[in-house]
Amino acid sequence: MICVDEHCFDAGILTEELRSRDNACGALVSFIGSVRDINEGEDVVGLTLEHYPGMTEKVLETIVESAKQRFAVAHIYIYHRVGYLSLNEPIVFVGVTAQHRESAFMACEFVMDFLKNDAPFWKKEHRQSGEVWLEPAQKEQRTKLRWD
Amino acid sequence: MIRVLFFGRLRELLQCNELEFTPDSKVVSVRQIRSDLSQKGANWEEFLNTNHALVAVNQTMADDDVMVKSGDEVAFFPPVTGG
Repeated sequence: MICVDEHCFDAGILTEELRSRDNACGALVSFIGSVRDINEGEDVVGLTLEHYPGMTEKVLETIVESAKQRFAVAHIYIYHRVGYLSLNEPIVFVGVTAQHRESAFMACEFVMDFLKNDAPFWKKEHRQSGEVWLEPAQKEQRTKLRWD
Repeated sequence: MIRVLFFGRLRELLQCNELEFTPDSKVVSVRQIRSDLSQKGANWEEFLNTNHALVAVNQTMADDDVMVKSGDEVAFFPPVTGG
């Protein structure tokens, strides 16, 4: 399941939906990314997330398919919010189910690494000092390369 | 007519989220579109002619050699920062 939406998600509901899809899967791994209160030493008030409707969903689907081909996993959920988000609000949920935990952990990390590098979202941070469009962190390219 | 979209900081800098591009020939390269749009002003030239603007054609990442025709969709945007 891929969802790109302005509305906040309930991680508990998403987790339960994912878990209940397949009782043969004993392992469920999830990741939640949220709006941090301090970034680059500055006080963050909120975040605006922009995306490319159409391409965003396509890229996320491709990432999910790659993960399913590479790892022995059953289902993968991605819920990514867009629009204005306040401090501490959740931005993204990635959940993976598998028969065994090794695959679930690796697939979850894989999905996040590729999402960070490839998915067409752009973050504008609202700080006390003003607004700033964020640049990708230096480490992100390295995190993707390690999957080669 | 080619639909050209802009996102993120680029959209804000250029004060444009979308425009229609009419190529001189039936097919045109992304490189040519970049070059033509750069003529629109200083901000356009600075952003589009450097590595600050990545490009997608019909919602798939592309490079400057990709050929585009009428009915296609081209998007220019900065490096992504989702997640």
